[in-house]
Amino acid sequence: MTDQPKREAVIEVRGLVNQFGSQVVHDQLDLDVWKGEVLGIVGGSGTGKSVLLRTIVGLNRPAAGSIRVLGIDVLHGTREERLQAERQWGVAFQDGALFSSLTVLQNVMAPMREHLSLSPALMKALGALKVSLVGLPPLACGKLPSELSGGMRKRASLARALALDPAIVFLDEPTAGLDPIGAAAYDELIGELKRTLGLTVFMVTHDLDSLYAICDRIAVLAEKRVLVEGPIESMTEVDHPWVQEYFTGPRARAAQLKT
Amino acid sequence: MTSSPTLEFEDIADAPVLRVRGQLVIAHLEDALTLFEATTTDAATLQIDLDGLEALDTSGAWLIATLRARLEAQGVAVTLVDASQNRAALVQTVQAALLADDNIEQPPQGVVAMLARVGAATASGGASVISLLSFLGEVLSRFVYCVVRPRRWRTAALVSQMQETGFNAIPIVVLMSFLIGVVLSFQGASQLRQFGAEVFVVDLIAISILRELGILLTSIIVAGRSGSAFTASIGSMKVREELDAMRTLGLDPIEVLVLPRVIALVIMLPILGFIANVSGLLGGALMSWAELGVSPSMFVTRLQENTDVWHLAIGMIKAPFFAAIIGVVSCWQAMQVKGSADSVGRRTTTSVVQAIFLVILADAVFSIFFSEMGV
Repeated sequence: MTDQPKREAVIEVRGLVNQFGSQVVHDQLDLDVWKGEVLGIVGGSGTGKSVLLRTIVGLNRPAAGSIRVLGIDVLHGTREERLQAERQWGVAFQDGALFSSLTVLQNVMAPMREHLSLSPALMKALGALKVSLVGLPPLACGKLPSELSGGMRKRASLARALALDPAIVFLDEPTAGLDPIGAAAYDELIGELKRTLGLTVFMVTHDLDSLYAICDRIAVLAEKRVLVEGPIESMTEVDHPWVQEYFTGPRARAAQLKT
Repeated sequence: MTSSPTLEFEDIADAPVLRVRGQLVIAHLEDALTLFEATTTDAATLQIDLDGLEALDTSGAWLIATLRARLEAQGVAVTLVDASQNRAALVQTVQAALLADDNIEQPPQGVVAMLARVGAATASGGASVISLLSFLGEVLSRFVYCVVRPRRWRTAALVSQMQETGFNAIPIVVLMSFLIGVVLSFQGASQLRQFGAEVFVVDLIAISILRELGILLTSIIVAGRSGSAFTASIGSMKVREELDAMRTLGLDPIEVLVLPRVIALVIMLPILGFIANVSGLLGGALMSWAELGVSPSMFVTRLQENTDVWHLAIGMIKAPFFAAIIGVVSCWQAMQVKGSADSVGRRTTTSVVQAIFLVILADAVFSIFFSEMGV
């Protein structure tokens, strides 16, 4: 799988260094994300998974390194180039980060309003479609984020991330805190969107079920860099104590049995 | 750079084919929408050929799905032709999602709805008076509970609140009051000079500052400064479910958060008011000296002879009541915060406005009361 000749990197991270004070989080980190794949990022607490995601989408400025998304240098490019890149990705944050004063539908319409010139009726129809696509009931459209459950907020956040039909979706712990049925449905949804839309998914997750069910490749963050990357089957052969414990532990075995 | 989509309609008598070409994506949606809306057929079947598409996203799929739904409602059997299957699958997914979103809730409109809103607002106004009173009762009962159990006093919180709401407010209160004294003296002098009664400016300044302005303006500053801070900080704690966490740990938010703040205000506002009085008199005296030639010693003598100590007392008596109003109203508003960051902002504004309004209302009531008492 990894030696396919015709793969195209949509995200290229080279020599990334992230540092907070004297604490170095990433040191010379390299990572490629290929077009149309679901990449799962795993790692222990504090290995900088979320920092990596935030750095790629431009919320955190790294100390050194370069990041290219869809061929655009997002760190040193002009404002217009950055804007162009931003229209190509959607981010779903860990606890939704929905705008609390807007309804779910308005939340989904917000990026369309900002980036596209569509008629309000058309935006509403598309917004309602996105809400329905992520499996929320139509009633949820008029609700405020505070009136939703945690799982529904995650789905609404995904709907907002998908509003502009992005090429890349960043998901931060998308299934954390969902019930197993909801989490499985979410996985299925991501898989289906990936198949039908050719979406590239960058997913920070701890959910072994998701890793086995939908991730094409796994990248393990440890020792301040990407320690290994590859399909999940190859992970059990990696000679590193943390990776061994993670992928051969009881939970991993249970998740493996399901698939 | 990108080619906008086109529709080709091949009208073969019994099996018409609609070929969709180009990029059917969100960027070209408005153009494509008119094309799709104009498409109709009289035939019994229609094939939609997706093979000519360069790109398709969910919004494009939405166009195809709505077209298909519309034609199928007219009795046309629509089939999708797609070699790769992916696009047909996307249209299927979108169409399945379409079925559900017909009944989005619309907010009711019209006269009845307006009347209902007026009614609801009136009822909630009444309910909020009751809610404020019950909150006041809760705070008082907690206060009594804590008074008899000195071990439960939160001295550290109290002292830090006293510093924050009282000590740190001294500079602004001093400056404000000094300027008010200057203004009163200046304006009073220019009026009184017409009657040759310049020296009465001392009485004017002393009575108005000691009795009313010193404490009232200090209360207004404190309501804007500390009342808003109380609402915002406790309100955002409520949004983050910190108050609920406290309750589950057996801590009472009123005891932990509200009482130290209210008590700190009740202690500090009279002190601030007194400082404001002194600084206001100072400003007045300085201006009288400069403008009217009333020397400081003459100012003090007149102050002692003509100004009853009751004027000072009345101002000081009002201070703790104003403090209690500000503290209770702002903490009560914080407890009304629901859900969002937006709500915190709204409640903070309401808290300041209500606190200032109630302080002025209480001041009016006190004025009537003291004048009836003849002091």
